Amino acid sequence: MAEVAYVKASRIFSGNPPVRAVDELSLDVSDGEFLVLVGPSGSGKSTALRMLAGLEDVDEGAIKIGGKDVTNVPPKGRDIAMVFQSYALYPHMTVAENMGFALKLRGVNKAEIKEKVAEAAKMLDLTKYLERKPKALSGGQRQRVAMGRAIVREPSVFLMDEPLSNLDAKLRVETRANIAALQQRLGTTTIYVTHDQVEAMTMGHRVAVLKDGLLQQCDTPRALYDKPANAFVAGFMGSPAMNLKTVPLTSEGAKLDGIVVPLERHAMDTASAEGLNEVTFGIRPESLALVGSQHHGMEMTVELVEELGADALVHGAVRIGASSERFVVRVDGRTPPTLGQTVKVAVRDATEIHLFHPESGFRLTN
Amino acid sequence: MTVEAASLKAVPATRPQRKRSERSKAASIALHAALVIASLIAVFPVFWVLVTSFKPDARAVETTPTLFNESSVDNYVRILSGDKGDFLAWFGNSVLIALMTTVIAVFLSATTGYAASRFRFPGKRSLMLSFLVVQMFPFAVLIVPLYNILLALGLQGTSFGLVLVYCTTAVPFCTYMLKGYFDTIPTDIDEAGRVDGLSPFGVFWRLVMPLARPGLAVTAFYAFLTAWGEVAFASAFLSAADESKTLAVGLQVFVQQNRTEWGHLAAASILVAVPAIAVFYLVQRFLVTGLSSGAVKG
Ligand SMILES: Nc1ncnc2c1ncn2[C@@H]1O[C@H](COP(=O)(O)OP(=O)(O)OP(=O)(O)O)[C@@H](O)[C@H]1O
Ligand SMILES: [Mg+2]
Repeated sequence: MAEVAYVKASRIFSGNPPVRAVDELSLDVSDGEFLVLVGPSGSGKSTALRMLAGLEDVDEGAIKIGGKDVTNVPPKGRDIAMVFQSYALYPHMTVAENMGFALKLRGVNKAEIKEKVAEAAKMLDLTKYLERKPKALSGGQRQRVAMGRAIVREPSVFLMDEPLSNLDAKLRVETRANIAALQQRLGTTTIYVTHDQVEAMTMGHRVAVLKDGLLQQCDTPRALYDKPANAFVAGFMGSPAMNLKTVPLTSEGAKLDGIVVPLERHAMDTASAEGLNEVTFGIRPESLALVGSQHHGMEMTVELVEELGADALVHGAVRIGASSERFVVRVDGRTPPTLGQTVKVAVRDATEIHLFHPESGFRLTN
Repeated sequence: MTVEAASLKAVPATRPQRKRSERSKAASIALHAALVIASLIAVFPVFWVLVTSFKPDARAVETTPTLFNESSVDNYVRILSGDKGDFLAWFGNSVLIALMTTVIAVFLSATTGYAASRFRFPGKRSLMLSFLVVQMFPFAVLIVPLYNILLALGLQGTSFGLVLVYCTTAVPFCTYMLKGYFDTIPTDIDEAGRVDGLSPFGVFWRLVMPLARPGLAVTAFYAFLTAWGEVAFASAFLSAADESKTLAVGLQVFVQQNRTEWGHLAAASILVAVPAIAVFYLVQRFLVTGLSSGAVKG
């Protein structure tokens, strides 16, 4: 068990122009923490993880595990275990051999290896398959073997690179919960890479959002959802995504179709200090509500209704200035509006509005 | 499961369809006939050598060939007893040289192929290109320069010198083959091994080599054959003493200027073929496909 730190660590791939796959990443992960690295494809998540594993060079900065600088230590000296996206099981070894391989290399005696493998196999429900070769296993079973191989070693840090992306939706939800519970029980520092923001929200103690190799924000899932540091994080976290629109600013607030949404004092002050006459206005689908025609609200023409059971997502067009913008509203699943209908939409609570700088994307609201 | 059962039932059996794997009778006969004829063409020469090997030299070539004509194992007995030159010594030389070539060539080409497959290093492209280019020189052109090199190394006339010469032809080709094979093994496996505590050489030795067994088998067989049947280099680089000849060189005693001992030559050929067959038999057990399947999700 150990804490992990990235100290302005960069990985630069040569090329024309050179790619800064991970750009001055600074991140502290405390002992026993479950940190999720999330971001769109190509944002440098895998590279960051591989740098920690020692599989990728660190071109600038340093990496520390347990307070010790391991920047130039080969993978075998770092006491980490990694679960690969492809699982990377050893095809010529049985499940038991796969799981015990690292211990065997360390010179642990046979009886002890057997005991530890059996224990991990029981935990992962793999006891029946110990003598099989990986090719005779299903995808989900292979995933568990890959997990088992990591657990058996009792490393100080677990690294997982999208370990669930090859599983079907149901198994993924199940395994997601299992991994989180397992980490809780073992208390091993874990860095988990995913591009799935639901996984990020549900599994991590903290979530670090990456984009183009740059760390956007690292905070608890709740804080990330409630107070995204910039427009990118706001749009990335949450499903369906937050409605983000650039709207004109007046002295009373933000001007949407027909209505002026009053904004909080602090945001207005910051905006005027910056001399902005437009802001990026963000509101989550659940912070919008359908209201009766007598109320104030934006007129929205319903273009699509997605019924999810408990609730429904209403996609519709709202006129903002000269253009027509698409909004998504989460409504009660039992009484959704019909296609083509015009409904009135209002903001539920002014405190749920997020404002961002229209160019830099930085958060203006408190 | 229930869904599958239902959907199966829902498909109406409108007309009896012929399964794709079923052939019409005529096509089947034609196909088998073609295969039988092709096999006969391939097997007959070998078969005839076998038949001839039991006949005395005088009966080996006849105007009306027969299967048996004064057939006996005399040819074999005389060859093995050393009547016709030191056959057993040639045999030993050939086995030694071929095995040494196999071991050295496979080891060198496996390490080189692995490096070429996994590492980036300056000159990698030109190295692989030069491997390809050296294949293009005819043997005859190489004999003199190689002779000079062996002379300079003091290896002229020794078996080891000949082994090195064979490696120069076997290694480039085998490296190419093995690089191609290593490329099919996911690099994730290497990385998993590194994280599990293997050194880079450990990854090569304990993970990649076992997984490359089919590729190694083919390479080993190729290297063996390169050395086993080769005549030109062997006659140029080995000393002229009878007991240091290889089989391929030694067999020439049966072919003299005005007389060919067909019966003996055939018997010797059969004896020469046996080790090659044995090596192939050993090696083909490893020629299984899909050794590395199961490593990744699939
Ligand atoms: N060997 C390489 N050479 C050059 N560029 C590379 C190399 N490996 C990765 N990159 C680049 O680095 C960036 C980050 O890649 P990385 O694999 O870390 O993305 P990721 O966040 O894991 O994406 P995904 O979710 O698709 O797995 C990408 O733009 C990629 O093109
Ligand atoms: Mg990745």
